[in-house]
Amino acid sequence: MTQLAQYLVGGLATGSLYALVALGVVLLYRSSRVLNFAHGDIATLGTFVAFTLLGRKLPFSLAITGGLAAAALVGVLFFFFVLRPAKEASLLGKIVLTLGLALVLSGAVQVVWGTDTLVFPFPLSDTRVHRIGQVVVSETSLGTIVTGIVLMTLLYVLVQGTKIGLAMRAVAQNADAAQALGIPARKIYALTWALAAALGGAAGVLLAPVVYLDPFMMLDPFLKGFAAAVMGGMDSLPGAVLGGFLLGIAESVFAGYISFKFKTTMAFAVIILVLLVRPEGLLGRVYHRRV
Amino acid sequence: MSAQPLLETTGLSIAFGGIAALDRVDLAVGARELVSVIGPNGAGKTTLFNCICGLYRPDAGVTRFQDEPLPRRPDAVARRGIARTFQNIELFRMSTVLDNVMLGRHLHIKTSFADAALGTPRWKRDEVRHRRRVEEILDFLDLQATRRRRVGDLPMGQQRLVEIARALATEPILLLLDEPSSGMTAEEKADLVFRIKDIREEWGITVVLVEHDLKIVMGISDWIAVLDHGVKIAQGTPDVIQRDPAVITAYLGETPA
Repeated sequence: MTQLAQYLVGGLATGSLYALVALGVVLLYRSSRVLNFAHGDIATLGTFVAFTLLGRKLPFSLAITGGLAAAALVGVLFFFFVLRPAKEASLLGKIVLTLGLALVLSGAVQVVWGTDTLVFPFPLSDTRVHRIGQVVVSETSLGTIVTGIVLMTLLYVLVQGTKIGLAMRAVAQNADAAQALGIPARKIYALTWALAAALGGAAGVLLAPVVYLDPFMMLDPFLKGFAAAVMGGMDSLPGAVLGGFLLGIAESVFAGYISFKFKTTMAFAVIILVLLVRPEGLLGRVYHRRV
Repeated sequence: MSAQPLLETTGLSIAFGGIAALDRVDLAVGARELVSVIGPNGAGKTTLFNCICGLYRPDAGVTRFQDEPLPRRPDAVARRGIARTFQNIELFRMSTVLDNVMLGRHLHIKTSFADAALGTPRWKRDEVRHRRRVEEILDFLDLQATRRRRVGDLPMGQQRLVEIARALATEPILLLLDEPSSGMTAEEKADLVFRIKDIREEWGITVVLVEHDLKIVMGISDWIAVLDHGVKIAQGTPDVIQRDPAVITAYLGETPA
């Protein structure tokens, strides 16, 4: 029992990372149907910027803010200078553009920071632990879970409760109609890119102390987050969170009891299973196309 | 027409692939007028709306509203007080009638992130104020019974009304209605006529109507502009338009003997 609880806690920590990544993917997909394949690389860039700022003796909070801001900036610039001019391109064309951005960013990170792994100085320790009953939780895991939940709550309030969130939901459903009501769709898209990129950056920063920094650190979390988004339902923000946590927990429990090596394989087996039963994802909406 | 028009287009022209959709169209709509734009299919009626609203960028010509040039982006035009409905119904289909119309209030929401996060009294007051206004509008268009229904599930006639309700919720100065009666039953059309009249007379909103149903148009318009192949071929009161030979030719293809 204790062991299961232990695996669950581990799963929650990774799950919270996956959920953050998935939220960024879903935010963009919902608003423009664009799958952002550069999501992981934007996050990596943000994390490296934060790392450099830390090296310049900036306080941790400022360095992180700077890293997230850099990620957000890349997102916004990409929207204004690449996606917007290419607005007549097909959806597939736009998705390929994000692939291009992924390659450019990945190359840039390798050129600027090199391909060696670096250690990210993190104020929380992986070895200092808290005990909840019999269960051991490292400071990093706890920090990851708490930060993840705080960010998700803030995002929830933003999207569900505020004027901007209302505009985001309106643009996601019907951009023409939203504009006719005075909602500046272009600014909302730009903001969505910034938010999604910053969420990815946050995931990168939380991941850095666990896996060390290297230019490909986000590859695996990005694929998992993406899968979590599909499992949860690509257009559902709660679905992204649910998918992220489920995937994290399933992986952790499987790794603990059965096989560490095949945890990723198992994770994707679960996704296939879910999609067989509910093709629109766990919380995705079923669209009936009317003829 | 009053001396100082509320909306004025001068020499508005736009071509799509060499075909002139609008050819030097001049139109001057006075405040509180109820004006119709008619014409055969493909005459450029909806294109005219799209140019005014900033969805299309005209090749030539200017549009002035309240004596100032209109901005080029649709959202900025909406913020100037021009609301519209769409020929192909652009609603938030997955949302309820109430949510759709509430979105029309978006421009008028004044609360901040902190207000929303904490659910402050200010936030609640604002919410109640908008809700009250929306209920008035739903009442006016007789949509109360549908308020919790999902828009996509409603019959077309009611969807058209929801679009009008949403446009009214923005508190427009000028309302552009694009084929509001298409898809409506005869009974719904009869009601629509009274509602459009009320929008102008009781709410004081200027209305420009693009409409196929000539019975509606002739019954309510102060004056009518007729487009054919992008050119304004006639303008005048319903009586004059009905007897205009150019208009009859445009509609019937040739001059009746």
